[in-house]
Amino acid sequence: MTTTGFLTDSTLCIGCKACEVACKEWNQIPSDGYAWSGMSYDNTRALGATTWRHVQFVEGEFTSGFGGSAPGQPPAWEFSSDVCKHCENAGCLEACPTGAIVRTEFGGVFVQPDVCNGCSYCVVSCPFGVVEKNLEDGRAFKCTFCYDRQKAGMEPACAKACPTESIQFGKLDDLRDRAQIRLLELEARGIDDARIYDPVDSSVGGIHAFFLVRGDPRIYNLPPHPEVPTIYLKPGWKSAALGAGLLVLGTMAAFFTGGNSRSE
Amino acid sequence: MKTDDEKKPRLPDAASEERLLALRDEAARSGVAAGPGIRPAGAPFPQVEIGNAARLDYYRLPVLKNPQWTWEVPVYFFVGGAAGAAAVIAAVAGWAGAEKSLVRDARKIAAAGALLSPPLLIADLGRPSRFYNMLRVFKPQSVMSMGAWTLAFFAPSSVATLVFELRQDLLPRFLRRALPAVTGSMAAATGTVMATYTGVLVGATVVPAWNQNVKILPIHFAASGLGSAVGMLELMGHDDNQPLLALGISAALVECAIGAAIERSANPADEPLKRGSSGWVVRMGGILSGPIAFLLRAGSSVAGRKTGRRLRRAAAVCSVAGSLLTRAGWVAAGNASSQDNRIPLGLPDQRPAPRR
Repeated sequence: MTTTGFLTDSTLCIGCKACEVACKEWNQIPSDGYAWSGMSYDNTRALGATTWRHVQFVEGEFTSGFGGSAPGQPPAWEFSSDVCKHCENAGCLEACPTGAIVRTEFGGVFVQPDVCNGCSYCVVSCPFGVVEKNLEDGRAFKCTFCYDRQKAGMEPACAKACPTESIQFGKLDDLRDRAQIRLLELEARGIDDARIYDPVDSSVGGIHAFFLVRGDPRIYNLPPHPEVPTIYLKPGWKSAALGAGLLVLGTMAAFFTGGNSRSE
Repeated sequence: MKTDDEKKPRLPDAASEERLLALRDEAARSGVAAGPGIRPAGAPFPQVEIGNAARLDYYRLPVLKNPQWTWEVPVYFFVGGAAGAAAVIAAVAGWAGAEKSLVRDARKIAAAGALLSPPLLIADLGRPSRFYNMLRVFKPQSVMSMGAWTLAFFAPSSVATLVFELRQDLLPRFLRRALPAVTGSMAAATGTVMATYTGVLVGATVVPAWNQNVKILPIHFAASGLGSAVGMLELMGHDDNQPLLALGISAALVECAIGAAIERSANPADEPLKRGSSGWVVRMGGILSGPIAFLLRAGSSVAGRKTGRRLRRAAAVCSVAGSLLTRAGWVAAGNASSQDNRIPLGLPDQRPAPRR
């Protein structure tokens, strides 16, 4: 099977949230309640157990010729639809003690709901803060990459619903080429701050759902140096071996040389 | 700058909803809604500082998720750590020919911890009825999996050791010495992992306060487990046993060194270990199980017999309480750390730490 991916091109996103709605409908995810965040028009705030697509409302500077309001007016908007990154080296998948989280034949990372027992160790292993335990249900949830739809030869619900092709679904290699072409296109039009967010140089080793954003990726809450927590295993277990050795040797020293008699 | 109050979700109120309905009605009837709309609290949106080009985050929302661990987890760290260290003490004291009562009491602590640990861990699960899935796979790259397997060997072996000790008549004569020795050694071997692996468990995560201390945590937790096991034995009446005193002093000295290292650290990831409520719990745990336990134990070795035993009992209480606070403090520090977006985003430390 070929590895599939998402290219989320934020320069095409109009913030309509059709992807959020399509995702909720197809996957029958519970509602998040009715609360205003006061953060632009982003009342969804973040990805989570009941939010697998999240449209971010980034307030940018007015740029002459590229839209936005006049200086001093409410700022211009950038939108970007966030999603599980489906990492090449996925922290959640490595950490899962039950084997509930697996790599599918499409290269996506999938939480099997019939296996997950809700230990929430994946939650502290995701460098992007995506997977979360649903406290009412007890299990961990995140984007399934529409595994069911892909199995049936269909594209994920969010990509299907996106009216501007900001969310593009396809073969990962094709999408990477397409992103480079798009970058050149944008540059030719004078947009020189567009960039691709795909941390291939970090221990995450690249992501299957990558982004084309304008400006610093941090304004989209994308960490500049995400790390898969398995990199801490070696120093951790080394230190544990040292601790265990000290525990045994210390106890032996105390009991074999310290004398067994009571004081006096 | 937004205050925490402004970050709270705004809920639509009855008046604004009523007004919206009236507007909709008006529009449906006449095709035009002429009157003014509503102005929700905090309007107009957007309200982020205009012209602040230095802004490099997303409304200061956390990048990482909160660990979502319940109170059972730090309690398990404490119980499992003490039980693991107690199993090591029981085995070594047994080999060294120490008093039988000491060996037996250490085995009791190990067995009690072994019996308490699984319920604590199962209660933390979102789906407790599926606890057995923990042994569905053997996965070295998952510390949680390694811990589950370790407990799966530690629990039966330490309980069996105590049962063989208390009911030797259940065993055929030729096994009365050999079988407890075998199960006791197994409990001690897995006990060393029980006392240390929880440090790797929290260290090998994305939470900065934890992973920046991945080298310290297993040794810290081993010393904490040893201190609490020694303390429990002292409280069970072994308060004039010299090897235990030496062990208690060693554990307290390690805790002093680790506490000093944390206090002197300039790593911004260590902030939750020193500031806010989590910082106070970590500090309290460190002071009780480090300097205070050390001074009381050191004092007991120069004091007279009666005062010495009193001092050791006081030290024992401090070690046990300090160990529990240490585990709770580190988990709380991880919760605070996960909610701070500055380290994952590599932001300069230009603003006060978020209130916890």
